[in-house]
Amino acid sequence: MELISHSPTGPIENAWDKHKFELKLINPANKRKYNLIVVGSGLAGGAAAASLGELGYNVKCFCYQDSPRRAHSIAAQGGINAAKNYHNDGDSVYRLFYDTVKGGDFRAREANVYRLAQLSVNIIDQCVAQGVPFAREYGGLLDNRSFGGAQVSRTFYARGQTGQQLLLGAYQALERQVAAGSVTMYPRMDMLDLIVINGQARGIVTRSLYDGSMQVHMADAVILATGGYGNVFYLSTNAKGCNATAIWRAYKRGALFANPCYTQIHPTCIPVAGEYQSKLTLMSESLRNDGRIWVPKQGGDKRSPNQIPEAERDYYLERRYPSFGNLVPRDIASRAAKAECDAGRGVGETGLGVYLDFADCIKRLGKQKIAERYGNLFEMYERITGEDPYTVPMRIFPATHYTMGGLWVDYNLMSTIPGLFVLGEANFSDHGANRLGASALMQGLADGYFIIPYTIGDYLANAKPGKVTADAPEAKQAVANATAITKKLLNGNGTRSVDSFHRELGKMVWDYCGMGRNEAGLKKALTLIPALREDFWKNVRVLGANEEFNQSLERAGRVADFFELAELMCIDALDRKESCGGHFREEFQTPEGEALRDDDHYSYVAAWEYQGPNQSPLLNKEPLTFNYVHPSQRSYK
Amino acid sequence: MKLILHVWRQKNSRDKGRMVRYEHPTVNEHMSFLEMLDVLNEALIAKGEDPIAFDHDCREGICGMCGFMINGKAHGGFKGTTVCQLHMRHFKDGDEIYLEPWRAKAFPVIKDLAVDRTAFDRIIAAGGYISAPTGSAPDGNAIPVPKQDADLAMDAAACIGCGACVAACPNAAAALFVSAKISHLSHLPQGQVERDRRALAMVQQMNVEGFANCTNIGECEAVCPKQIKLEVIARGNHDYIKAAFTERPAGEVLGAG
Repeated sequence: MELISHSPTGPIENAWDKHKFELKLINPANKRKYNLIVVGSGLAGGAAAASLGELGYNVKCFCYQDSPRRAHSIAAQGGINAAKNYHNDGDSVYRLFYDTVKGGDFRAREANVYRLAQLSVNIIDQCVAQGVPFAREYGGLLDNRSFGGAQVSRTFYARGQTGQQLLLGAYQALERQVAAGSVTMYPRMDMLDLIVINGQARGIVTRSLYDGSMQVHMADAVILATGGYGNVFYLSTNAKGCNATAIWRAYKRGALFANPCYTQIHPTCIPVAGEYQSKLTLMSESLRNDGRIWVPKQGGDKRSPNQIPEAERDYYLERRYPSFGNLVPRDIASRAAKAECDAGRGVGETGLGVYLDFADCIKRLGKQKIAERYGNLFEMYERITGEDPYTVPMRIFPATHYTMGGLWVDYNLMSTIPGLFVLGEANFSDHGANRLGASALMQGLADGYFIIPYTIGDYLANAKPGKVTADAPEAKQAVANATAITKKLLNGNGTRSVDSFHRELGKMVWDYCGMGRNEAGLKKALTLIPALREDFWKNVRVLGANEEFNQSLERAGRVADFFELAELMCIDALDRKESCGGHFREEFQTPEGEALRDDDHYSYVAAWEYQGPNQSPLLNKEPLTFNYVHPSQRSYK
Repeated sequence: MKLILHVWRQKNSRDKGRMVRYEHPTVNEHMSFLEMLDVLNEALIAKGEDPIAFDHDCREGICGMCGFMINGKAHGGFKGTTVCQLHMRHFKDGDEIYLEPWRAKAFPVIKDLAVDRTAFDRIIAAGGYISAPTGSAPDGNAIPVPKQDADLAMDAAACIGCGACVAACPNAAAALFVSAKISHLSHLPQGQVERDRRALAMVQQMNVEGFANCTNIGECEAVCPKQIKLEVIARGNHDYIKAAFTERPAGEVLGAG
């Protein structure tokens, strides 16, 4: 398949304006004749549904939670980037663009990233107008902080709850449209299949989580904004319900899946405590503004951290990367922590942890100032670990956090299935092989507020999708498919719970396709995962019936899809014989242990095409060209 | 440690429901409360018994999806804590713990400990927003917001919509939830234009949903996992009463249409 990105040509500064002008419009009176489906109600989905409703389209929005306000965007703590340059410290749209392309290790599409940097500015304005209570300075103007991978302060924040406040802004805009009648909200719904008619996305099959009823919803276009697939690792910073089912079933209907092996391991999470652990909790990257990361110089040093004198501590990030110090990008900080722990210098009971120490900044700024900046994070840490970070350094360890890979989309955010659009973390487009902090919120809102409202109109005007009904054979077949999967899960006569399989799968993916990957491990994973998947279908035990509120059944369907996705991640990781960003192939590193890219052979987006059950997927390549930010060895030294 | 749990089991909204006793011999002090229930559920599944249904999602205290009564207190009654962030080190070996869903007419039980809180969404839809259509915003720094106002707005905006305030209230009032939103938006200059209409519409919808009135008992503040202060209710009442005197229904406004 030839992948056409539809990236505009000409100077990048004007590309989006030029492109927008060339997009066809739909007149206001005609918009209400179009039905649109939005799956997911986080920053991307919520913003899209609200904005499209405002424009006059008929929108149906679906989420698996009991309310759209609970989407996992809500958990983002630290902030959102915008190239406002309010602080006169040298920021610009071009610099944000440059930092993001470089931060992504030169594996993102330049045109998309430039547009993202441009739109970052409008996002802040929009959110302020909605009443998002961003942090302010005493003069009443917006405050900023710094984040990893940047040397300017461009991150806007609302205490440690930025994602929550941005999401509530989008949610309130969405509810306003619900009241206006332009958006109908469907909470507690899982999307189980995509309906494709004449090659166009025309609807979805949903299962109500209240009573198990299968429903068909037809539309003129379908938008997936269902987030990432980090829960493939079982333990991650994602919410328990986050899943890849919508994008995975779209993949099986023909949408290409791009760069599945690009997963982000976040350096600052609370370490695992025991076997029963159900998820990992992030400690915001913003803590690295003031906290200093260190390990004891001597491996196996069992003294309490406050008893270890300064001279016997290794502030390894400050030592290895003097110019960025503790604010190196996430992939680099995570690998450095792993290296220290692998060398036996890790701390805590398990040895899988490093210290994040606030003693210096508390001395410099006072406890009150630090409490103002990070109070809620410190409290959260204390609640979980029982330790007081004001007096004892935090223990942190990397954990799966974000997935840069996702469904392939063109510049218009349309997948390879016409009429199927993919927004936010669910697509692959803007972060390359590594996402910089405070950029996920930016991308979700850019896609939802400012891109899809333009590009979807162009699609509808050109494609002129005709009338279809739920009686179409394709719709019936999709319902039959979803029903069959559910039945199969319930009819199993097995003995093992869904969670026990998920945990085992997660550990395999973490061991062989986690922070470090190598050929032998990936090949091993590619025999272990299918074997476990087979066992899952034979031995899983899902109690109860379909026609009820059945949380085990919900999870079983999601885990079934994670099995298949895990395999694709390993296939992709095996194929990419280079290291870049979050994809670290141990065979390919510089003498200092940094990621070693191979631009001559791998400067492409790997977009995988489904070929049927038990068939190897087909690799399609979208070559990447860099006209502005020229690929170089990423250096943060 | 070993715990005795008494859990409300109710198959669906039509079922009458009852308390069921479970022995839980494998509790570790580092587990969160929900992880403790996960382990119990795994044991139930192994025995072929229906696991206990409870809502949860982020498990870091911010999504507001989890919540039930622990020994008669919403989220267990620990300061600033949702059940997902409550750790078992607060309990001791041999404790008997009673778990029940939120009890309120406006929150019908779906199953076991999971309830339907869509009434909250409808209250927000009635007016809990600032009308700012996408693309219409002036520069973010065009209107300075005094830091104190931004901070007070943020204090109120921290509400996670979990429903603990309603569950803890002897009247099952939603005053803290509704007033937190009124307070958040009315502390900001952007929220002034719709301030009166918002207060009237949200309170009206609150009544339609079947939430009762506030009688200033303060249980809501005591259990709120985000420590939203009772003061927001004073502000909510202030806005509501003022609006009730001054706001005219849309039809009475001259020149409408």
